[in-house]
Amino acid sequence: MGEKNPEMPDPSPERTLLPPPPSLFYADYVGRALFGLWATVRGLGAFALITLGVMVTKFGAARDVTFPAIHQEQARTGTRVLPMFMFISAALGLVVVGQTITRLNQAGATLLMGPIMVAVVVRELGPLLTAMLALAWSGTRNVIELGTARALGEVEALEALRIDPIHYLVVPRVIGMALAVFALTIYFILGTLASGYFFAFVTNVPLRPDEYVRQLSDAMSGLDFVILTMKSCLFGVVIAVITCYHGLAQPLRLEEVPHAAIRAVAQSVVACVLLDAVFIVIYIFS
Amino acid sequence: MDDPGNSSKSPVLEMTGVSAASRSAPETAMVEDVNWSVAAGEYWVLGGMHGSGKSDFLAMTAGLAAPLRGSYRLFGRQMPGLGDELLAEQLRVGLVFDGGQLFHHLTIEENLALPLRYHRELAHGDLENSVKSMLEATGLSAWAGRLPGTMGRSWQKRAGLARALVLQPEVLLLDNPLSGLDSRHLQWWLEALGEMSAGQGLAGGRPMTLVITAQDLRPWRNRPAHVAILQKGRFYSLGRQAQLSGLTDPMVRELLGEQAAPV
Repeated sequence: MGEKNPEMPDPSPERTLLPPPPSLFYADYVGRALFGLWATVRGLGAFALITLGVMVTKFGAARDVTFPAIHQEQARTGTRVLPMFMFISAALGLVVVGQTITRLNQAGATLLMGPIMVAVVVRELGPLLTAMLALAWSGTRNVIELGTARALGEVEALEALRIDPIHYLVVPRVIGMALAVFALTIYFILGTLASGYFFAFVTNVPLRPDEYVRQLSDAMSGLDFVILTMKSCLFGVVIAVITCYHGLAQPLRLEEVPHAAIRAVAQSVVACVLLDAVFIVIYIFS
Repeated sequence: MDDPGNSSKSPVLEMTGVSAASRSAPETAMVEDVNWSVAAGEYWVLGGMHGSGKSDFLAMTAGLAAPLRGSYRLFGRQMPGLGDELLAEQLRVGLVFDGGQLFHHLTIEENLALPLRYHRELAHGDLENSVKSMLEATGLSAWAGRLPGTMGRSWQKRAGLARALVLQPEVLLLDNPLSGLDSRHLQWWLEALGEMSAGQGLAGGRPMTLVITAQDLRPWRNRPAHVAILQKGRFYSLGRQAQLSGLTDPMVRELLGEQAAPV
């Protein structure tokens, strides 16, 4: 007794770890969070650049594999979820647009309907809500599919067959999701505006369809079309890159996949909101 | 014990002072200072216990990871290369994973077709014929339209072999192909490997260079294979299988099933 085992930690009181003072604790927490954020931004940036590089250098290569994969991604993110999107757009139209039209009518400001609809639905709610729904539907699927493939060694098998995983797994998802989010945004906006008018119609708002359409077209400019296209496509790209990064680029075990999905969703939401803010600034200064 | 396995034929794989990293910890060397040369058509079996670094070494040999140190030449070209500059050489090497590592969202037929569709611009009919003939040759025709998850592990391993063979590699690296097989599958694999080494059957008329890892050397007792072992992070080339009976190393005896070494 009394002999110390050199392999065991020393249990003496002077080596006991005391909790750090609160100021140090928060400094440590903030420092770790900042370093973590920087590492994530750097990793995502590198992954996005690699994806862009592969997209450019291997454009047209292995078309028999990549082009069907792009169509498949468009179908999975776009066509197959269209009924759900139309339902949500109709609900949004009834709740938000219909209510707005009714209130504007009560205030005698029906002339403002077009500009308000364009500002709220076309510029903001349409692209952002579509991106959020696409993230929920396809973004999480990306992380789970790729994370599982990675954990089960399928990505390594692709490398062994000299199939570039970025080219085969990521590029089709990025292109497919950009196109799908753009198309879904258009349908979403049309559905919302149509159902909003339907609500106004059944509540006897004195607004003819041609007047409603005229107000909308007057309120929209060429810049709206350009920015809507850029915004919705970029939302798709951002979601695809972030979710693919978390599924593919980090070493994963099966039990880590759910955590990766949560991280990817949170970061995608933040990235889309920041991107939206950038476009708001562009609108303000244009 | 260290005989680099020289041959009069030109080497297809040549390693000088190579260290292979662990795939889970890329800074850690699993196998160090490997001096090894494999000539075209040779049949090598690399023995080693679980955790000895066989799979990491094989992955590095296949070009999935760069060597930590040393020089590795594949068909005379320095590995790893930049980008796709060594793609032609790399396509001459096939790798069969321990569990097959099939793509679970694709059917067996699609698994086999994927590398062909990616690398070869084949007409639809030619692609179909290539896949069909490989499925028949490996006895997988009945599984063609099934997803890998519906197959047993033995059949998945076989599908992994078929997928690696569709690109007609000259060198085939196989990670633990015989582990966990029943006697019927074991017999099929040993015959198939023997035929491939002789240029028959699945090899398509040209003797294939085979490098196989194993935890048990007994199935190769009477096969004309070169044997090497990985032990404590070192690579030892032991010569031909027939010469093993004279070796007294406890691990070799254990791999041959003659005694159990202390854990």
